[in-house]
Amino acid sequence: MTVGVLALQGDVREHINLIDSLGFTSISVKTKNDLDRADALVIPGGESTAISKLLVAFELMESVRQFVRNKPVLGTCAGLILLSDEVDGKLPDQELIGGLPIRVSRNAYGGQTHSFEAEIEISGERENVAFIRAPRILDSGPTRVLATLDGDPVAIQHGKIFGASFHPELTGAKVLHRLFLDAI
Amino acid sequence: MSNPKIEGTDLVKRGLAEMLKGGVIMDVVTADQAKIAEDAGAVAVMALERVPADIRAQGGVARMSDPDLIEQIIKSVSIPVMAKARIGHFVEAQILEALDVDYIDESEVLSPADYVNHIDKWKFKVPFVCGATNLGEALRRLTEGAAMIRSKGEAGTGDVSEAMKHIRTIRGEIAHLSSRSEDELYVAAKELQAPYQLVKEVAATGKLPVVMFVAGGIATPADAALMMQLGADGVFVGSGIFKSGDPAKRAAAIVKATTHFNDPKVVAEASRGLGEAMVGINVNDLPAPHRLAERGW
Repeated sequence: MTVGVLALQGDVREHINLIDSLGFTSISVKTKNDLDRADALVIPGGESTAISKLLVAFELMESVRQFVRNKPVLGTCAGLILLSDEVDGKLPDQELIGGLPIRVSRNAYGGQTHSFEAEIEISGERENVAFIRAPRILDSGPTRVLATLDGDPVAIQHGKIFGASFHPELTGAKVLHRLFLDAI
Repeated sequence: MSNPKIEGTDLVKRGLAEMLKGGVIMDVVTADQAKIAEDAGAVAVMALERVPADIRAQGGVARMSDPDLIEQIIKSVSIPVMAKARIGHFVEAQILEALDVDYIDESEVLSPADYVNHIDKWKFKVPFVCGATNLGEALRRLTEGAAMIRSKGEAGTGDVSEAMKHIRTIRGEIAHLSSRSEDELYVAAKELQAPYQLVKEVAATGKLPVVMFVAGGIATPADAALMMQLGADGVFVGSGIFKSGDPAKRAAAIVKATTHFNDPKVVAEASRGLGEAMVGINVNDLPAPHRLAERGW
């Protein structure tokens, strides 16, 4: 089983390290050929505007959308934004991958001075994770909520698509990745 | 049930830099330029009043930008906004933090306010990026609390040779450090003028504990790809974009080349038809007092 990490921009290395530590093979995905080799895909943290522009510029957007319809995908922070069907505060011409019937708001927890670490409960385990200029899930729609923070959903699952507004990969929190990899 | 949210931790400060990896941070002097940068795929913008090429041309004391300008730029884009404070000018840094910038660059491009001390960056919730020309300088900045390093290069020249020298120096020194035996690291710490614990960590991991971008003189997609191939985590482009003939096109091209730095076909494609690059100055023609990289220690 090969897990791809979309490597156009962002914290690719942290996801690769986490996937490797869970005993899976990982590859960086920069091209359609790379994507074809992957059985599952992580869309990492980064800047959602930049990643979106690059997906369009390198003609990967449609291939990734198709991938999302068929295979397991996990998006963290910018990845969650890109996988959402509806995004408040996106640029007018910013294209989304979509797939998650949810509404999120970009940078809704505030600027960098309001970025924070917090402990969340997910799948019965407590883990420390990082929220960096994080998106807020305003409406989780029909998705299954996996974790909350002060009443807000912060991790969700919809079929084989997983999303989190935080970065488990920065603190090495493994539970969300384990759930995602179990879906392969 | 309420979970405590802990802000301003090391992890959170360094974490934002991790999110910028593989990206391009662009100098902008107006809200319009900031929009152009964001539309081109910049991962962040550096808000300032004059780009380094103009600071160089106009001379005089270069200071923190007007808060109005910084606020306009923050309002105009959704990506992180960085701003520069003078070396050692902790009040400029306090002002930038109060304005809620996402990162402060304690920068040699501005006139230093203190020729002895840098800012004590641990006192701030906002993270700092600092310039370095060698490993010792980078480690001293980390000791003072920097959460990201950029090699300095020579800002405002469009000449990539100093950026080349600095990233090669830093990487070479890290490789050398990793090859030394444990009992040599005490002397290595003395030579690097950096704390032993940090030196030991770099020797063991073979890398800096923070993200390192390259800056100073990058003007073309090829320059950006060059720095990425040499191991940069990303690039800062200062004067190179808005001092060129077609900024929007050049900005997007540098972003593409930074992503596919290992694919000469993509870099070649990105290099086509960009119009005039910034004219630039050869670093060798700069008299020593005009070299910005020598500010900071």
